[in-house]
Amino acid sequence: MYPANFDYVRPSSVDEAVALLQKHGDDAKVLAGGHSLIPAMKLRLAQPHVVIDIGRIATLSYIREAGGTIAIGATTTHSEVETSKLLREKCPLLSETASHIGDLQVRNKGTIGGSLVHADPASDYPAPILALEAEIDLVGPRGKRTVRADQFFVDLLQTAIAADEILTEVRVPVTSPSVAYIKTEQKASGFALAGVAVVASPSGVRVGVTGVAPKAYRATAVEQTIGNQRTAHAIELAAAHAADGVEPLGDIHASAQFRAHLARVNTRRALERALSR
Amino acid sequence: MTIPVRLRVNNAPRQHDIEPRVLLVHYLRDVCGLTGTHVGCETGICGACTVLVDGKAVKSCTVFAVQADGSEITTIEGLAANGVMHPVQQGFWECHGLQCGYCTPGMIMAAVHLLTKQKAPTRGQIASGLRGNLCRCTGYTHIIDAVSYAASHATEAAHV
Amino acid sequence: MSDATPYIGRAMKRVEDPRLIQGLGTYTDDLRLAGLLHACILRSPHAHARIRRIETSAAKAIPGVVAVFTGADVNDSCGAVPCAAAIPDLKAPRHTVLAGDRVYFVGHAVAVAVATDPYIACDAIDEIEVDYDPLPAVVNAMEALKSGSALTHPDMGANVAFTHVVNGGSDIDAAFRNADRIIKHRLYHQRLTPMPIEPRAVVASYHRGEGTLTLWTSTQIPHLLRTLLPNMLGIPETKLRIVAPEVGGGFGAKLNVYAEEALCAHLAMRLSAPVKWVESRRENAASTIHGRDQIGDYEVAVKNDGRILGLKATSVADLGAYLQLLTPAVPTLTGLVLTGCYKIPAIRFEVVGVYTNKMATDAYRGAGRPEATYLIERLMDVVANELKIDRLDLRLKHFPAPGDFPFATSCGVTYDSGNYQGTLAKAKQLADWDALMADRKAARAAGKLFGVGVSTYVEICAMGPSKAMPAGGWEWGCVRMEISAKVTVITGVTPHGQGQETSFAQIVADRLGVPIEDVAVLKGDTNVAHYGRDTYGSRGTAVGGTAIVMSVDKVIKKAKTLAAHLFETLDDYVVFENGKFKAPGITAREIAWSELAAEAYLAKNLPAGFEPGLEASSFFEPENFTFPFGTHICAVEVDRDTGEVAITKYVAVDDCGNQINPLLVEGQVQGGIAHAIGQALFEQTIYDENGQLLTGEFMDYAIPRATDIPEYTLGSTVTPSPVNPLGVKGVGEAGTIGATPAIANAVIDALTPLGVVHLDLPMTPERIWRAMQTRTVATV
Repeated sequence: MYPANFDYVRPSSVDEAVALLQKHGDDAKVLAGGHSLIPAMKLRLAQPHVVIDIGRIATLSYIREAGGTIAIGATTTHSEVETSKLLREKCPLLSETASHIGDLQVRNKGTIGGSLVHADPASDYPAPILALEAEIDLVGPRGKRTVRADQFFVDLLQTAIAADEILTEVRVPVTSPSVAYIKTEQKASGFALAGVAVVASPSGVRVGVTGVAPKAYRATAVEQTIGNQRTAHAIELAAAHAADGVEPLGDIHASAQFRAHLARVNTRRALERALSR
Repeated sequence: MTIPVRLRVNNAPRQHDIEPRVLLVHYLRDVCGLTGTHVGCETGICGACTVLVDGKAVKSCTVFAVQADGSEITTIEGLAANGVMHPVQQGFWECHGLQCGYCTPGMIMAAVHLLTKQKAPTRGQIASGLRGNLCRCTGYTHIIDAVSYAASHATEAAHV
Repeated sequence: MSDATPYIGRAMKRVEDPRLIQGLGTYTDDLRLAGLLHACILRSPHAHARIRRIETSAAKAIPGVVAVFTGADVNDSCGAVPCAAAIPDLKAPRHTVLAGDRVYFVGHAVAVAVATDPYIACDAIDEIEVDYDPLPAVVNAMEALKSGSALTHPDMGANVAFTHVVNGGSDIDAAFRNADRIIKHRLYHQRLTPMPIEPRAVVASYHRGEGTLTLWTSTQIPHLLRTLLPNMLGIPETKLRIVAPEVGGGFGAKLNVYAEEALCAHLAMRLSAPVKWVESRRENAASTIHGRDQIGDYEVAVKNDGRILGLKATSVADLGAYLQLLTPAVPTLTGLVLTGCYKIPAIRFEVVGVYTNKMATDAYRGAGRPEATYLIERLMDVVANELKIDRLDLRLKHFPAPGDFPFATSCGVTYDSGNYQGTLAKAKQLADWDALMADRKAARAAGKLFGVGVSTYVEICAMGPSKAMPAGGWEWGCVRMEISAKVTVITGVTPHGQGQETSFAQIVADRLGVPIEDVAVLKGDTNVAHYGRDTYGSRGTAVGGTAIVMSVDKVIKKAKTLAAHLFETLDDYVVFENGKFKAPGITAREIAWSELAAEAYLAKNLPAGFEPGLEASSFFEPENFTFPFGTHICAVEVDRDTGEVAITKYVAVDDCGNQINPLLVEGQVQGGIAHAIGQALFEQTIYDENGQLLTGEFMDYAIPRATDIPEYTLGSTVTPSPVNPLGVKGVGEAGTIGATPAIANAVIDALTPLGVVHLDLPMTPERIWRAMQTRTVATV
C-alpha cells in the first residue's frame, strides 16, 4: 500500500531527463502519468532508487499534424487522445481505442508513452499502434532514433527501448474512417483479453491484436487471407487466422484456447465494423 | 529526502515539505486532514480516492503528491459552495445514492467531472463514466438516478 | 400512534447522508489520536509451511520502528480467536493471533511491525526475514476427504471438522421407495470474496490510569466483540469499550472477531500508545473471511405427476484453515431452508465441514440460505425439465396456501406468514409473462440464445430466537424523551449502510407524534448502546426496531401517568394522540411533550412514587424468525460467439412484510441483486493447486460495476409478519438470495436449445462457450 522511499527528480527537458537516466542507470525509473509504475511501487514490486518525473516537460504533450502524419507527444493522456478533434477526424482508430482504456480517471492521468513503454501484454494501445504501422521516437544519449511499431514490442513487458532512452513521440498516419477496435475485457481489471484493431483501405487491411499473446502482434495471416476481398464469407475465413502462429496466454480469466477464440471473433467483428464505416 | 510542494486544496494555498513517496491521497488525508477522500485498494481500480486535479477526476492513490505540485485540487470537502451542496451531492441525497457511504466521495467527484464533459448523459453514459468507481452496497441504480438528477437540476439551475 | 405524521411507509431520504456526501463521516481510518502508532502485518506467502526462523533485527533497526513482534512474542499473552458456533463434536485448531511454528494459509499473519508512520511500518515488514519450509497444501475439500490426503493441520489427524445430519419430516427412505423416479444433481456454490469497499481497520487505545481499553473497529458487531474480547485480552468487559464508527460496508465480512482486533488491543496495552492497523485490499482479499464454498449432491424423489416426495442433500463445506466466529454454523443454515417455499414432506441433509489451507469461510450476505435457494431453485427447474412439467406449475403445485401459515416445514422451522402465489402472480404480471414467452419463441426462431429464469424464494431473517443463536438473538433499545422534548433513541443494532438512523427515527417520530428532525438515533458504541447483538441476518429493523417500539410504548405509558397527575385524573382517562396528552370530558387542557418533559425532569410536581425522567429501555426476544419471500424473473440473451450474458429484463417482487421506508427497501433489493449478478456471472475466489490466492485484488476479482447492472422492474407485496409488532420481516439479504438462481436458470434456459442442461457458477463467458462447444462437438 505504501511505496518504498526514493529520490525524486523533475527534469525540465528531454536532454536533462536522458542525462539523469544515464547517471542513475538501472536504479532509475521514468514517471509519466504513473498509472503503470505507481501501482507496482505500492505493491513494492518496483523499488527504484530514483524516479525521474517527465510529466512536466511541456514539450512532450501535444497532438499535431505534420506531413501526412499525426504526431503525439509521449505524455499526452489517454483522455487527450480520446477527445482530440484532430485524431477523431484523421486517425479515429487511436481515439476509439483510447476510449476503451481503463476508466475516466485513468484516462485523465495515464499517458500514451507510459503505456507503450510498460508494454503490458493486455494494454489496448499496442493493437492500433501495430495496425497503424506507427513510428515511435526514442531519445537517448546517442540522440534520437525511430522504431517501427512492429519492431517496438519485443516480449512480455519488454520493448525496444534501451535503459537510457525516453520515448518522446508516436506518429500515426492519417487514415480513412474504415477502422475499428473491438475488445473483450478482463472483467476485473478492464484490460484486454483480446483486443483487435483493424485499419482497412481499398488495397488491404492491417490487423493488430493485443491481450492474446505475451506481446501484441500483427495478424498477418488474416491480412493475407482477406487481401482486398470484402464479402462476409471472406471476412469469416480470414478472421479464423487471427491467432495463427501465436502461443496464447492462459490464466484464470481466459484459457489460451478461449483467448485465441476471442481473437478470431473480435477480428471478424472489427473487420465487419471497419469495412462498414 | 523531502521536496517542497505548493498547491491549492479547496481554494486554500498549501505548502509542505514531504517525502516524494507520499501519495496524494495520504497527503490530503494525513497532511491536510481531509479524510473525506478514501482508500479502497492499491491498484487504482476502486476509485474511492477520486479527487479533481485541475478540474479533472484523478485517482489520488495513484499519484504522488509531488506530481500535483502547482495544481488546484478539489476534494469532496470543497465541493459545496457557500454551504450549498453541489447538485451531484443533492442528487445522491435525494435518490438514496449511497448506503455505507465509503465509495461515495470518490463516486461524487467522478460524477462531477463526468457532468462537465457530458451535460445530459444517458443512463448508459453515466454507467460508463462511473466504471472507475466500485460500489458494493447500492447496486448502482440509485447512483445513476442521482447523477441523472444532478444533470437535470444543474441544467435547471443554469437556466435560472 | 398518530395518523397526522405518518412517517412510516414514506420513501424518505436519509438523515445519515449529509455528512457522508460531504466527506464528513468518520470511518475508523479517519481517527487521529495523539501519539498514534501504525501497525503493518507480515503475512505468509505459503499455503502451508513450517516456520524455521524469523529474523526481525533489521526491521527493528529502522528509525521510527517502535516494535516488531512474532507469534512467539504475543501468542502466550493474547488468547485464541473464538468460534461461537455450537456444533456437536466439532474439532477445532487453536487459532492464535499470529502464526506459531506453522502457517496454514496464504495471508496468515506471521509478524507485526509498529512504527510512527504507516510507510515506515511497511518498510519494516520488508526487512523481516522468514525462513519457511513449505509443506503440502490441502486446497480441494473433496480431495481432502479421501484417505491419504495431505492434512491441513497435521496435528489434528484428519481434515474433517464436523458432520451435521438432519432428518426432517416424514420417513425419507419411504419417500424414496415410493418415488417413480429419483432425480440426481450435483451443484457447486463457489467461494466468494465479500469485498466491502472499506477494508477492515482498527484503532486501539489503552488508558493506563483507568485500565480501560477503547477499540474502534470497522465491524458489524461491537457488542459481540465486547462479549468475546475479554477472554482474549484479560480485560474485564466493564473496562472495554468498542466503537464501530462509520463502517464502509460489511455483508457479513465484518461479522467476526478478527485476530487483528485483539492484536491491536494487545499492542496498545503493551506499548502504552494508541495503535492503528488498516487493512490493504490485498490483505482484505486474503485474510478477511470468504463466503459460500459448498459442493452438494442432491437427490429428489418424485412421482411422475410432479409430486415431490423427498429431498436428500449431501454436501461438503470448505471451511478453510480456521474457524472464525460462525464458520461451521453457516453451512448448517442451508439445512433450515432446504425445501425453499415448497411442501416437501421428507428431507435428509448432511453436511461435512472440511479444513483446507485457505482463508476461513463464514457468513457472507445470505450465509447458507443462498446455497439452499440456489439448490432448490435449480432442482425445481431440473425436475420440471425431466418430467416435462411447466416450471411455474411445478412450483405452484408445491406452495403452501396462504391459509397454511404458520407453516411448519420438514426442515424443522415454522414459516411465519406468506403468500407465495401472490408474489409469483405479481412478478408474472410485471414481467408481462406471456409476452416474454412469445419473445423467447421469436428470439429462438431467429437463432438467438434467449432464456428466461425464475426463482421463487423464501429466506430466514430477523435472527433470531435466542435458543437458536449462539450468543443470544434478542435485541436492546432505549428511548429517552429529553428535557428539551427532543428524543434520543439508542439501538443495540449496528447499522452500517442500512439506514436505521432514518427508519428508526420514522418509527419513533410516528409513535411519539414529534417531528422526525427531533429524533436522533445513536448506535455503534458500547458505552452509549449498553447492550446489543448488532447487525447481521437481516435483523436490524425486525428485532432492533421492535426493542425501540417497546421502549417508546413504555415512555408513553409513563408519560400518561404524569399527564394524569397534572390533569388530576386517573391514567385511564388520559388519551395520547398527535403528540399531545388529553383527558377528554375531564379537561380541555392539552399537554405537549415540551411541558410534560420539563415536568418529568424538573421533578417539582410528580405523582407519588414516580421516578423522574422519561426514559425506557427494553430487550426484545423474538419468538420466531421471519421468513421474507419473493419471485424474481430474469431474461437473458447469450452471445453465441463469446458466451457473454446480457440481462435484458429483470423483475423482482419481494415481500419483506411492512415497509418502514420503501426507498431504503428498494436500495437493499438493488444492492442485493448486484451481489447475485456477480455470483451468477463472474465472481469466484480462486486458489491454485498450491494454495496460492489468484484473486487477491480488484485487478483479478471482479465485482459488479455500474455497466453490469440492468434496468430493474421492482415490485412488492406486503404480508406482515406476525412475530413482531411492526410486522416487518427484513430485506438485507433477499436480493442476493433470490436473484442468483433466477439468473442461473435464465442462462441455462437460454442454452437449452443447444442441449446444455447444467452449468456451474459463475456462468462466465468461457464456461458458457465451452458448454456450447461441447454440445456442438457432440452433435456433429
